[in-house]
Formats: sequence, C-alpha cells, structure tokens
Amino acid sequence: MAQPLVKKDDDRDDEADYSPFMGIEKGAVLQEARVFNDPQLDARRCSQVITKLLYLLNQGETFTKVEATEVFFSVTKLFQSRDLGLRRMVYLIIKELSPSADEVIIVTSSLMKDMNSKTDMYRANAIRVLCRITDGTLLTQIERYLKQAIVDKNPVVASAALVSGIHLLQTNPEIVKRWSNEVQEAVQSRAALVQFHALALLHQLDKGKCSLTFGPMSLDPLYKSGNSTQSGDRPFYDFLESCLRHKSEMVIFEAAKAITDLNGVTSRELTPAITVLQLFLSSSKPVLRFAAVRTLNKVAMTHPMAVTNCNIDMESLISDQNRSIATLAITTLLKTGNESSVDRLMKQITNFMSDIADEFKIVVVEAIRSLCLKFPLKYRSLMNFLSNILREEGGFDYKKAIVDSIVILIRDIPDAKESGLLHLCEFIEDCEFTYLSTQILHFLGIEGPKTVDPSKYIRYIYNRVHLENATVRASAVSTLAKFGASVEELQPRIFVLLRRCLFDSDDEVNFYIISYIASLNYVVRDRATLYLNTLGGDIEIDKDVRDFLFGSLDIPLVNLETSLKKYEPSEEAFDINLVPREVKSQPLAEKKAPGKKPTGLGAPPSGPPSTVDSYERQLLSIPEFANFGKLFKSSAPVELTEAETEYAVNVVKHIFDTHVVFQYNCTNTIPEQLLEDVIVIVDASEAEEFSQVITKPLRSLPYDSPGQTFVAFEKPEGLPTTGKFSNILKFIVKEVDPTSGEAEDDGVEDEYQLEDLEVVAADYILKVGVSNFRNAWESLDPDSERVDEYGLGQRGDGLSEAVNTVINILGMQPCEGTETVPPNSRSHTCLLSGVFIGGVKVLVRLSFGLDSTKDVAMKLAVRSDDVNVSDAIHEIVASG
Amino acid sequence: MHVLRDMIEEGAITISVKVSCPSIKNILLLDSEGKRVAVKYFSDDWPTNSSKLAFEKFVFTKTLKTNARTEAEITLLENNIIIYKFAQDLHFFVTGSDDENEIVLASVLQGFFDAVTLLLRNNVDKREALENLDLILLCLDEIVDGGMILETNGPLIAEKVTSHTIDADSPLSEQ
Repeated sequence: MAQPLVKKDDDRDDEADYSPFMGIEKGAVLQEARVFNDPQLDARRCSQVITKLLYLLNQGETFTKVEATEVFFSVTKLFQSRDLGLRRMVYLIIKELSPSADEVIIVTSSLMKDMNSKTDMYRANAIRVLCRITDGTLLTQIERYLKQAIVDKNPVVASAALVSGIHLLQTNPEIVKRWSNEVQEAVQSRAALVQFHALALLHQLDKGKCSLTFGPMSLDPLYKSGNSTQSGDRPFYDFLESCLRHKSEMVIFEAAKAITDLNGVTSRELTPAITVLQLFLSSSKPVLRFAAVRTLNKVAMTHPMAVTNCNIDMESLISDQNRSIATLAITTLLKTGNESSVDRLMKQITNFMSDIADEFKIVVVEAIRSLCLKFPLKYRSLMNFLSNILREEGGFDYKKAIVDSIVILIRDIPDAKESGLLHLCEFIEDCEFTYLSTQILHFLGIEGPKTVDPSKYIRYIYNRVHLENATVRASAVSTLAKFGASVEELQPRIFVLLRRCLFDSDDEVNFYIISYIASLNYVVRDRATLYLNTLGGDIEIDKDVRDFLFGSLDIPLVNLETSLKKYEPSEEAFDINLVPREVKSQPLAEKKAPGKKPTGLGAPPSGPPSTVDSYERQLLSIPEFANFGKLFKSSAPVELTEAETEYAVNVVKHIFDTHVVFQYNCTNTIPEQLLEDVIVIVDASEAEEFSQVITKPLRSLPYDSPGQTFVAFEKPEGLPTTGKFSNILKFIVKEVDPTSGEAEDDGVEDEYQLEDLEVVAADYILKVGVSNFRNAWESLDPDSERVDEYGLGQRGDGLSEAVNTVINILGMQPCEGTETVPPNSRSHTCLLSGVFIGGVKVLVRLSFGLDSTKDVAMKLAVRSDDVNVSDAIHEIVASG
Repeated sequence: MHVLRDMIEEGAITISVKVSCPSIKNILLLDSEGKRVAVKYFSDDWPTNSSKLAFEKFVFTKTLKTNARTEAEITLLENNIIIYKFAQDLHFFVTGSDDENEIVLASVLQGFFDAVTLLLRNNVDKREALENLDLILLCLDEIVDGGMILETNGPLIAEKVTSHTIDADSPLSEQ
C-alpha cells in the first residue's frame, strides 16, 4: 500500500474532498495492524497504522472486545521500539483502547520502566497513561514513583503527576491524601502551571488550607477556597482587589467575578470590579466582552444601581455582531434602565429581535415582563412590543413565554387588561398551539366578563368553536358559558350560540353520549348541552352554577370517567360527590404463583377486596367497627411473610379518625392443614399512643381460601400518630385427610412469627390530586404557609431519587407530572397535593437543588386549610 | 438535615459553590461541513457517539453564520460556553460548563489553534490536518488530560508534540 500519510510535496491533486483516509475500512486496518508483530519493526509504518486506528475510533467506529484485545496485545509489542514518535502513538492508543484489568498487567512493567526513564517525555506520558488505566491495587505499587514525580524538577512531569492525582482522587482518595507533603512542595514550584495544578489538587485534598501564590491561573482554585470559607470579614477581599490590577486578563476577570460572587457583597466592594469589567466591555475580543457583560448581567439582578455606570457601553453592545453578547447587553439594560429610557430601548430591541434565536428571545421577553412590572406606566409600549413579537414566527416555548408575560401583565396592571386581552384574542385567531389556545380561552373566560364591554370578545371565542380541533372547541364552549353565566345581558346571545354548538357533530345524538366522555368530540357537544341546561330556563344563576363553571374540578378524571361509565340512566341523577377522590394506585399484582398449586379445592379463591369502597362496606358490616365513623384511608396491602411460605399474610391499615384497624389477610398454603381460631397477637410496645381495643379472630382458615382477622387500636384524634407493631400469628392446626378432605377433631396450638408493621405519617394523608395546582395554591390562605429548608445529603441517582423519597415519605399525590425529574437536572420543583386526616386539604411545593458535590438541598413550602397541618407536614419530613 | 440550609439562604445553591478547577468538556475540530476531523470528549454529557454527533451538528450550525476568523467568538448553548474560531475550512471549538471562566476557556482554544498552526506550518486547512492527524491527536493529548488543562501555550504544546529529543535511555550506538 502507498503511504498516504507521508507528506507529499509534489503535485497534490486538487480534489476538494481529498482525504488520506478516503475509503478506509476497519477490517483492512486491523489486518494492517499485524505489522506490530513483525520481528523487525518499521516504526514509521507502525505509527501510520496507529494513526489509522485512532482515526477510526475518533470517527465513532467501535472495536469488538476481541478486536480491541487483539490490537492491544500487538500494540504492547511496540514497547520494544525506541522510536520516540512511535512511543507517543502507543501511549495514545493504549488510552483510547481502555484495556481491562487483566490486560493492564501486560503493559504495567513497560510503563513503570518508562516512568523511571531519564527521558522527561516518557516519564510524563507514562504516568498519565498508567494512572488512566490503572486500578487501586496497582496504584499502591506505583505510589512511590508518583510521589517522586510530583516534586520532579521537570514541570511537565510534575504537572502530569499532579493532574493524575486530581483524577485519582475521585477513585482512590485515601491514597492521594497521603501525598499532601509532596503537593505542598509542588505549590512552591517556580513553574506557574505546576503551581496551578498543585493548588488545584491541594484545594481538593484539604479545602481549608491554602497558600498565597501569584500566577496566571493559580488564583483560580485559590480564591474559591477563600470564598467558600470566609464570608464575614473577608480577609481575601484585599487580595482579590489587588488582583484586579494584575497584568493577565484572566486573573483580572476571575478576581472581578469572584468579588461579584461574594456573599452579600456591598456596592462599595463591587465598584472596583465593575470598573474593570466596564473596560472589558469595549475590548476588541468578543470573549472579553461576553465575559464582562455576562457577569454584569448577573450583578444587575441584585445590584442594578451598581451597573448603571456601564449603560452607555452596554447600549453600544446591542449592535454587537455576536448575538449572545447583544442579548446579554439588552437584558442587563432592561434590568438597570430607568423609565425614561424604556421607549428608546424598545426601539433598539425591535430591530434586534428578528435575528436572534428563540432561546435568546425568551430571555428578552422575560426581562421585558419584569421591566413592565417595574414601570407599569410604560405598559403601552411594552405590551405593544409583546403583541408584535407574538405575531412573528416562533416556537412553542417562545410563544408561551410571551403569552405568560401578557397574562401576568393583565393580572397585575389593570390598565393593560383591555389591550392585553384583545392581543390574546387576535393571537388565538391564528395560533398553531392547542395548549396555548386552551389556556388563553380559559383565561378569557375568567377575565373577559369583568371588562367594560365583554361582548367584543364573543366573536373571537365563537370563531374557535368552528375552526379548531376538538380540544380547543371544547374550551371555547366552556368560555362562552362562562360569559353567559357572568354577564346577564349577554345570556340570550350565548344561548343561541351554544345551541348552535349542539350541531357540532352530525351523528345521532343519544343519551349515552355521556358515557364516552373520553372522546373529546363529544365533550364539545356535551358541554354545550350541559351549559344550556345549567343556564337555561329562568333559573337564577346561583352559586352552584358558578362553582361548576369556575371552580376547579378536584376529582381525578379517571375516577370520573369510571363512574360515568358505570352510571345507568335512572330517576336518580348522577351525583358528582359520589365519585371517589382517592387516586387509585396500580392494583398490586397478588403474587400467588399461579399454576404451581392445584386450584379448585374448596371454595374458589376470593382475593381480598382491594378498593376503598368495598373495604369500607366490609368493615362497617362488622358490628364492632360500626361506631368508628367514616373510613379515612386504607393502605395498600403490606406483606408480612416471605413469598412461598406456609402461611401468607398481608395487612391492610385502615385509618379512622380515632381508630386504626389492621386487617390481616391470611392464606393457608398447606393442603394437609386446617387452621382454626386464627388471631394475630400484636405487640404495640413501640407504639405507645395506640391502645388495643378489639381483636376479631378468624374462625376457620381452610387451605387456599383466604380469610381475614382484624385488630383495632384506639389512637389520639386527628393526629398523625405513628408507631411500630410486631405481629405473631396464633392458631390451632388440625390435620386434614387428603383423601376425604375431613379434618381431625383434635388440633394443636401453634404460632407463626410475622414481620413487623409500621404506621407511618403517609397513612394519614390521602392522595388527592388537583387539576390546577397554581389555582389551588393561591386559593389557600397564604398565612397557612410554612416554609423551611432541608439538606438531604448525597443521593446516588441525582435528584430523582430524592424527589421519590420525599413523595413516599409524605404519601401525597404528585401533580402535573412533576414527579419525574428530567435527566441531568440540577434543580427541580415538585408539586404535591393531598388531604390530611380530618379532611384538611394540603398542598406542598418542593424545590430541589443539586450543588457541585451532589448534595441535595430541598425547600419545602406547605399550605393547607389548617396551620397545624402545615406544621405537621414539616415534622413528618424532618423526622423522615 | 440542615447542612445545606445556609447555602440555600445565601442563594448559593444556584450559583453552586464550585470547588473544582476549570475543566474542559470537549475540544472539537470540524471541517467546513461540520464533519469530524478530530474530536476529544472529556465529560459524560454526551455518552453515545450519536449524542456526540448531534452536539457537533448543533454547535456547528449555531455558529456557522458568525465570523470567527480574526478573533475567537463565544456563545452560550444549552448551558455550555462554547469558544470557537475558524480558519480556512477548519472550525475549532472548546466547550466548558457555563460557570467556567470564559477567558480560561478561550486560552485553551488559542493554545490549540496556535499549536496546530505551528504543527501544520501555517497551512491550517482540512487536508493538511488530516495528513498530519497524528500530530493533531498528540496536540489534543498535550493540552487537556481528562478535562484538566495541562498547557495552554501554543508554542510549548507544539514543542512537546514534535520533541524528538534523543531517547536518553538508549545506548549511544543506537543514536
């Protein structure tokens, strides 16, 4: 094969896409790799083949395990060659192949030899390769050499060892910690980079200690230790301030950024930092302008006044070629600008908006929203701006940001309401996003009727009934009804429109329409009927109608659908209050190992009833429990025995206001036995506030025919009393004749140890979802809100594990899909809703954050109908 | 339970008290169609080859229309700072997380660019780069190790790549 990698000085062919790797193919290259095994090594040829292998890997080609091993083994032969260039390539490919532990052993000795070589380049590279591929056991063998290397007089070798140390700290911290003397020594090195790497390692080894050194980058890890340990008197401030006069831009900027990041920084402390950043704003280098404007933008959030001095420089950045810089400049100006500059600013932004990406536009929209709230008198020009950009092209997130902003402005600035609503109306005339259309229609239904002339919105809404998909049509009908309910003089017109809506679908209308509520097309017509009925006639529009139209439906839609399907037309009207509110969890699959045991013996297995309704009916049919009142909640069955044991027992916890009933579902899995007088002896010594009141034994438990025994406890009223209970199953065993199926007369008393059972706080909270968390939240008294923060420590799986843990502790219903955390999130908000014992509605807003050390922090805000319940939720989390 | 409480109160949880050194997520060298010439990833943000390719395509298209031929340019995409510079048909990129010092990242790009210019004897184009791919790969290896910056001085990097000093271990007869 020709040697395409050798530079050809003579006539190159000028094909545009000429590549020395054209037509390269993995199989052929692997074949070529056989030259590594030649007794007479051709170093140049070998280098070329390695380059080809690296090229393939770099292009995303993968080697099978066998191929990789084969290549690796032949590469190890190349250590025989003394060619420096080839050795470099060998180091590279070994790192790329990431050999397995048993393969590493093969090269260890070669690499260790190189680590002790007189050639600096060998030493530096061998250290890096070995530390990359090694595991803990090997590390102790080479530790001595690494410590030597850290204080090597050659800076490249020292840096290689220090950087490797930083990597190894993640996997073998206990070993790296032993090197701190050497690292301390390296901090004193004359080479800036060695200092930098040593400081970085030292900082990670021991966050408290640090020595002062000056070098272009050594400041970086240094100030960070200063910042994280000192915050009160700030001995580091003077040092940082002096760094602002350093000759390197990198240091100046890092120091300025550090000052702006100081906790509770004062305007006075900020001034020198702002001054240097201002100089950067007019730099010819985009990177400097970007760095400065980004930092100033952040400062403007907390200290807008401190940044106003830069406004002139900032304004010239609006026309910056680099759109990221321009966006940051604009949003900074929007934060720092005063009322008089708003109009001028808006003009500049308008020209600019068309040529930036959506993500930048959203930033601008958000900045404009806060500006408008700051200067409500300027709403006209800002609202105009928003409506203009609303008409332009844009993706969903961008449009949503604009709509959200307009909605907020309408809510907060009364003067802006009329124009804002009309802008929204115009927008839905030509809106491709169903979600936004329905949100706007909903909002119109609430705000529209309160305006001076509600009738002007009707046309926009009614148009939607004809021109949209079913979801939007249904929303439009609801909105029309809301207008009808709120504005009396519009009622006749609304009736006409709603009647027309009845012809929405042309198939035969029949009564069962309601059964198919899931089908949205029907809902449109259905809603029209419904609203006609509620509004129609001469019935005064009373509170019920209002509640129906404007109140939030706090019933899980699934349950409503099930109930509606079950509902049979009769004299009795459908009562929405009968729809169960408990969100059904997935029915637990009862593991009974079907097929293994012969069935059909005795009565057909009647599984324990699993729904709340039937539980309640069953419990109340037991006279002893009849006076316990209304059942609040029944837990899912908790298994108290291992699978495949003689007796299978699980327990359901029934919570009443002043009582708890344990329902033990027992199954006898031994065909030769009949159990009688089955009871569970409960030891409540670890549940002091509970006192046992009733035990209801199970008379007879034949093979494979489940039965129940109950134990009831009294507990303090209304409180989420918790405790731990140990259980022993006690019974009389009677042998059964397998042929006749007859039990013997005499039995033997026996016991069977069951697992412990706990009553936890979550047992006192019902999972009840709300359809619109925000509305529900705002409808609760803000005074009932209790906020506190918690550190959850390190969590293996980032935030999602922490989120799930807290949801489980509280046993509440996650709303709006907030229980799922997007991968790699650094922060997340989870919304929970539930009903606390005593029928107290509780809403919880959890904000999670992840810091760089993977520690999870959580802020928990609770609102409820009862302040005590808000406090109780915090207690539950604090003790969880 | 209240370990992180102070951090939240100070708002530091969002700023994140950073205790590590500047680190590089990747260095990319693409051609004028966005195809790979040489790339090196140091973070797990893009675990598969297809996610890497998608990122490269995204960055390439987002920066394509900018003029990054005289000075290095910078942008913020998906919470990453990307510093880039174009020369002939080659596009150089350095990516770091959005809390990094932009100027440090820029110095890495400049170091890479300067070293490549030296190694390719001022013929900074795709063809020359591919013909000397071994030098480019060694160059990447000398600039960053596992995300940690090793060296940002272009001439020094180039010197390390080409240093064919005599193997001090070999007997005189072989020299």
